[in-house]
Amino acid sequence: MSDLLDNKEEAQKAVVEWLEKKAKTKSKFYIKDFYKIFPDDKPRMIKKVVNKMVEDGILEFWSSGSTTMYGLKGGGIQHSSEGEN
Amino acid sequence: MAKHETPLLDQLESGPWPSFVSDLKAQAEKRAKNAEGIEFQIPVDVVDDLLGIVELSYKHGRTHWKHGGIVGVFGYGGGVIGRYCDQPENFPGVEAFHTMRVNQPAGKYYSTDYLKKLCDLWDFRGSGVTNMHGSTGDIILLGTTTKQLEEIFWTLTHDMDQDLGGSGSNLRTPSDCLGQSRCEYACYDTNALVYFLTNEYQDELHRPAFPYKFKFKLDGCPNCCVASIARSDMSFIGTWKDDIRIDQDAVNKYVENDPAYPANAGAYKGSKDWGPFDLEKEVLALCPTKCMKFENKKLFIDNANCTRCMHCINVMPRALKIGKDTGLSILVGAKAPILDGAQMGSLLVPFVEVNPDNDYEAITEIIENIWDWWMEEGKNRERLGELIMRQGFQKLLEVTGIDPMPQHVAYPRTNPYIFWKEDEVPGGWERDVEEYRKHHRR
Repeated sequence: MSDLLDNKEEAQKAVVEWLEKKAKTKSKFYIKDFYKIFPDDKPRMIKKVVNKMVEDGILEFWSSGSTTMYGLKGGGIQHSSEGEN
Repeated sequence: MAKHETPLLDQLESGPWPSFVSDLKAQAEKRAKNAEGIEFQIPVDVVDDLLGIVELSYKHGRTHWKHGGIVGVFGYGGGVIGRYCDQPENFPGVEAFHTMRVNQPAGKYYSTDYLKKLCDLWDFRGSGVTNMHGSTGDIILLGTTTKQLEEIFWTLTHDMDQDLGGSGSNLRTPSDCLGQSRCEYACYDTNALVYFLTNEYQDELHRPAFPYKFKFKLDGCPNCCVASIARSDMSFIGTWKDDIRIDQDAVNKYVENDPAYPANAGAYKGSKDWGPFDLEKEVLALCPTKCMKFENKKLFIDNANCTRCMHCINVMPRALKIGKDTGLSILVGAKAPILDGAQMGSLLVPFVEVNPDNDYEAITEIIENIWDWWMEEGKNRERLGELIMRQGFQKLLEVTGIDPMPQHVAYPRTNPYIFWKEDEVPGGWERDVEEYRKHHRR
């Protein structure tokens, strides 16, 4: 595991910063998108960290039923809208 | 009196088959009467409004459901599929109508007491409408509100020892046939392996881990009652290595049309007059590899050419039995046509031992190697079968460390070129130019 992923606070900070940077154009991301933040780590380790952030209430899942995406809690469209604001 | 007029749905009831419309109407009426005095936690008329919105969708020729959003209960990234209607003022009962997936027990064994408890819970906190079972195998509880989700989960887990199933980009609830608990053809204990995999991969089941969904399905024998070969990314099909066991006396009983030895164990008896049993026509001629013959009242099977199609065993179950050296084959990459076309599974491991004593080590090693590859290389929403198509079966063999073998060959190669890798060529790509010049002038 890389030092960045190993340090919980630093890892979470890196994820939040990355998501905030992208927030203008996109609010929901696939698990694979997070691999870019931790290029030296194994996907299964990254998954554990990102899922922990959901548990901690920093991120939230969004699912269509068949695919799951991640975003900052409360960010972007929520269930009730269909592409509108 | 129904809350909404439903002429289009009523028409569906006129066919000769059991109708979901009749069932829903019965349920709507049952809730309205509430003879049992249930304190309904979601609107009493949820099923009336369900009928109403389905009727409206039929009338308009488009759906009035919206999907997406809610994924599960706290800590879970799956198990709940959010559903909302876009006409809440007209159909308030189904403003939120979420689905819950409940992890069915291995082999779908229930006690009536368990089913009663489940139905009581769903009448109390949901619409009472269920789907036993969904395509993935789970018990599907249809229709509840957001507020009820945690309450239902608490009761399921605390009072019923029952977990939610998988949805979204998770490992989906593993599903299996009855296996050795009821079936003499089963080559391994499917129930035990499903139970093990469900426990071993809890994290993958409940927390999204993958580029897309991933399904395990387990069949005890090549009859494939669960159709794992067509329905799962990773299919475990029971098989055997040694010979089909033959009871020659019983074979002759079948040939003599002994009434105690009906073909197909009597499964087709009475449907029509099939005439006397004909071994040649009904078994030998139907063997896909023609590896059987019957001479001098003796049946011979060339087992090396048997593809385990199960036909002869199914037709003469009292005479033929699966071998004794049993295990399973692993096939990978089956899927329904979502992004790309439908695919059947491809054979990856012809035979692997099923050994609960070492925690099915041989099987979990293959699973994890495949996951590591797919998680790294799979594109978003790309199923394993599509990744295999894109990067090649050879790549799959590399990542799983499995040597190519004749059983892997689906058809003769179409590419005339062979691209060797450095480690496959003696001496690699490096060469000693001085040594070369000793024999070849510049």
